[in-house]
Amino acid sequence: MSENGAKIVVIDRAGERHVLDTVEGWRVMEILRDQNTGIEGICGGSCDCATCHVVVDPAWADRLPPARDEELDKLDELPLIEPTSRLSCQIIWSDDLDGLTVTIPEAA
Amino acid sequence: MSAERSTEPKRYDVAIVGAGPTGLFAVFELGLLGLNAVLIDTLDKPGGQCAELYPEKPIYDIPSWPVITGQGLTDKLLEQIAPFKADFFLGRRVSGVTRQDDGRFVVSTDAGDLIDAGAIFIAAGAGCFTPRRPKLEGLDAFENRSVFYAVRNRGSFAGRDIVIAGGGDSALDWTLDLVSIARSVTLVHRSDRFRAAPASVSAMRALEAEGRVRFVEGDLAALHGDDGVLSRIDLKTRTGPVEVAADRLLAFYGLNIELGPIAEWGLDLADGKLIKVDTEKFETSTPGVFAIGDINHYPGKLKLILSGFHEAALASHAAFKVVRPNEKLRFQYTTSSSELQQRLNVAPIAEAAE
Ligand SMILES: Cc1cc2nc3c(=O)[nH]c(=O)nc-3n(C[C@H](O)[C@H](O)[C@H](O)COP(=O)(O)OP(=O)(O)OC[C@H]3O[C@@H](n4cnc5c(N)ncnc54)[C@H](O)[C@@H]3O)c2cc1C
Ligand code: FES
Repeated sequence: MSENGAKIVVIDRAGERHVLDTVEGWRVMEILRDQNTGIEGICGGSCDCATCHVVVDPAWADRLPPARDEELDKLDELPLIEPTSRLSCQIIWSDDLDGLTVTIPEAA
Repeated sequence: MSAERSTEPKRYDVAIVGAGPTGLFAVFELGLLGLNAVLIDTLDKPGGQCAELYPEKPIYDIPSWPVITGQGLTDKLLEQIAPFKADFFLGRRVSGVTRQDDGRFVVSTDAGDLIDAGAIFIAAGAGCFTPRRPKLEGLDAFENRSVFYAVRNRGSFAGRDIVIAGGGDSALDWTLDLVSIARSVTLVHRSDRFRAAPASVSAMRALEAEGRVRFVEGDLAALHGDDGVLSRIDLKTRTGPVEVAADRLLAFYGLNIELGPIAEWGLDLADGKLIKVDTEKFETSTPGVFAIGDINHYPGKLKLILSGFHEAALASHAAFKVVRPNEKLRFQYTTSSSELQQRLNVAPIAEAAE
């Protein structure tokens, strides 16, 4: 777990809010999968399955590194996305993201 | 290689649900023991996740292949199992598995096939690949009547007002193809950024300029019609709602993976989505039904291709005892057994007569 105690805030599919521990250097998908939030991450973070789709709190959207083309293409396949949709496997956790808030949308 | 739709159950030693790497290799292990197999998969091609999700990506942890792509591994497995001439039922979902009085099983598919098998291997991986469905009210009633996720019968689109949703190659290819037989074609995608081949995008733009295709930048919002017969689609765009007269919708949003009907087969599950097995035979809570590869769960399970291969070998030996209860299983190596070499079609003629 993160030595600095940095936390990620997750709103799950049932609408419940969880404040979770993080691990520096892990993909956000891995942090969410590890703590049974309902994120599958079937492709292990290869940007190939979109089962790690999250909607980032708009207040945080600009503070994350921008999505690469590969991520934008995969997101673009989904029938329903939001302006701040991201694939959580493409966001690497660092402790300066402390407080990042994401919502897990209904599965596609 | 592919089997015709059958209504009379065709008999096999083992029916394998799922033609991913694990299901494919199971054909080999069964074949060495003299057992024949049929593979059924919802995808229209073999290879499971390797072929569908990452055909071009390199895999580095297949023993003796320092590097091989997802498609490369699939092709090599197909080459390796070719001598055993398994039947493939592709583009079909296994809907049910029932046990008959004689202890054998009948496998049914959503295409109406019935398959008679002495044992079942569930090699269903992460679940069935199925088209992603748009979230629209009343969608179910329109599906397979007015709303489709693939073109199976092209002629049925002739003279229709078609809306095509999506921004990848399937959406663009079908837009270009159906424009010649449709009454109208409207392509709907949420942005003017396409994932399709640039040449297809230019061709679509040219048709748009000629007024033969309409492109709307937006999302599907609602379907209208009666008894599954579509008459109109509402779209949501940045500049407001748009209505399109339509009697066909083709939605191309890629594939999703869902457990599907397996959850209802009465097998003991872990976490509601993995099938519990023992690590001696990889048998489920139902005797004669085995689960191998990503779909199973046991203490220490690793979701790796190589685990699926190992599980396929052990399950095949266990299945032999189910399918051939009165025969003795002889453990042999491919390097030295002329019987195995005959089955593999590699036995020198003289020795084959042994
Ligand atoms: C991007 C990516 C990278 C990966 N990299 C590696 C790696 O480097 N090394 C490694 O070891 N593993 C890797 N994996 C994991 C590996 O691909 C899986 O472990 C492997 O595919 C599992 O094989 P399987 O045959 O058990 O299942 P799958 O490949 O999932 O195949 C199962 C098949 O069963 C079908 N099916 C399911 N239910 C039904 C039904 N009811 N009716 C009909 N068909 C059905 C599905 O459509 C599917 O085609 C990776 C996976 C991904 C996505
Ligand atoms: S884990 Fe598959 S796309 Fe993120």
